[in-house]
Amino acid sequence: MFSPPRRGTVYGSLLNHPDALAALGAAVHEPPYKAPPKAPVLYIKPRNTWVKSGDAIVVPAGVDELEIGATLGLVIGRAACRVSEAQALACVAGYVIVNDVSVPHASYYRPSLRFKVRDTFCPIGAFVPRAAVASPDAVGIAVAIDGEVVHRASTAGLIRPAARLLAEVSAFMTLAPGDVLMLGVAAGAPRARAGQRVSIAIDGLGRLDNPLVAEAEAA
Amino acid sequence: MTRRARVAFAGAIHDATAHADGLQLVDGRVLAETQVVWLPPFEVGTIIALGINYADHAKELAKELTTSANDEPLAFLKAPNTLIGHRGITRRPRDAAFMHYECELAVVIGRVAKKVMRADAMAFVAGYTVANDYAVRDYLENWYRPNLRVKNRDGCTAIGPWLVDTADVPDPHALELRTLVNGEVRQRGNTRDLINDVPALIEYLSGFMTLAPGDVILTGTPEGVVNVNPGDEVVCEIDGVGRLVNTIESE
Repeated sequence: MFSPPRRGTVYGSLLNHPDALAALGAAVHEPPYKAPPKAPVLYIKPRNTWVKSGDAIVVPAGVDELEIGATLGLVIGRAACRVSEAQALACVAGYVIVNDVSVPHASYYRPSLRFKVRDTFCPIGAFVPRAAVASPDAVGIAVAIDGEVVHRASTAGLIRPAARLLAEVSAFMTLAPGDVLMLGVAAGAPRARAGQRVSIAIDGLGRLDNPLVAEAEAA
Repeated sequence: MTRRARVAFAGAIHDATAHADGLQLVDGRVLAETQVVWLPPFEVGTIIALGINYADHAKELAKELTTSANDEPLAFLKAPNTLIGHRGITRRPRDAAFMHYECELAVVIGRVAKKVMRADAMAFVAGYTVANDYAVRDYLENWYRPNLRVKNRDGCTAIGPWLVDTADVPDPHALELRTLVNGEVRQRGNTRDLINDVPALIEYLSGFMTLAPGDVILTGTPEGVVNVNPGDEVVCEIDGVGRLVNTIESE
């Protein structure tokens, strides 16, 4: 089971799937963005968001649905600082399934933390060592809601495949052992409601299962 | 008067308190400020920072903001790779044209805080320290602003020297801040001008995320941010809280 590192950091990546970027269309050239992203677009899921498989995801009062962001997380095994693409995967100890939960929101300009960092908004699955997965760039991801698969994606064809993403991120900040770097969520992330059960399966990593519970019930 | 620090000295990490001659380790040894390596003064948890929380700084940045300010605080997160202690060295990218300091009052959480009301908020504060939250504006992009390449670089958030108990800061909203670069005052402000004050920030943040002991809120910076260069000594001072020294080096 993943045990959150005491000082580790969980980083999300945005718009790393070509279809996720394409879904924005010409808007990437218009205000407020003005240009497509150049460097990896990242954000942090802090410790209050971390839960494990089986734990409830709390749906805040006043929110109908949550976006289920299924992604593969690279777990750093040794410090990655300015690593080359060729060296990058050697810094990875293994992988986890991450459910990067959000309150649906339209803008990527300066989204409020309250969409991304609520308590329980980052279920993280069991740790799987690197050797158990042939390539992080060719795994299928399936999201099921109440047992029915509603979304399928793959880590193939990312704008920045795992090694390149890690290399480019490590060019400006050091990733430390225990940190997690998500590869990013595909377009069309499904939504779920309180009372439903979300299950993310990734080839070779097993499943991450979490029920959604309304805030009042969780209290 | 309690001012606590964490320092490395003689091969170990020590808790220390302020002393007339510098600092005193728990074992009684009194040392000069320059004899130790200063670490962040507490075990830092989640780092929350505020953008544009002084009205004057908002005006200063108006040219590059592509949306208008709204009523919700502009909060973002940082990671521990950014932290360095008092008298530390911050590295400036060789290709950067505009890297600036940001002197900020840092509010350290002392108790688990969940959906705390403004009236109760101050009871959740353990103390205060000074932060200097550098930004390298060359790398600014309009995606998830402020993007991590600007704000989450290794060693670009100096913090310390002391964690000062709340009892010793009777009014955190009447503190003069200033930044000196090579001895010259370049930035000046007062925490009375915070757009969102300390209890407002705790109420806002704890409304959607549980804050835990060691979490820290960097409350934003006033106007007067200028470029710094390798060799510059940057001193961020907050009256009654501390004087945080940092030196810029080239990468």
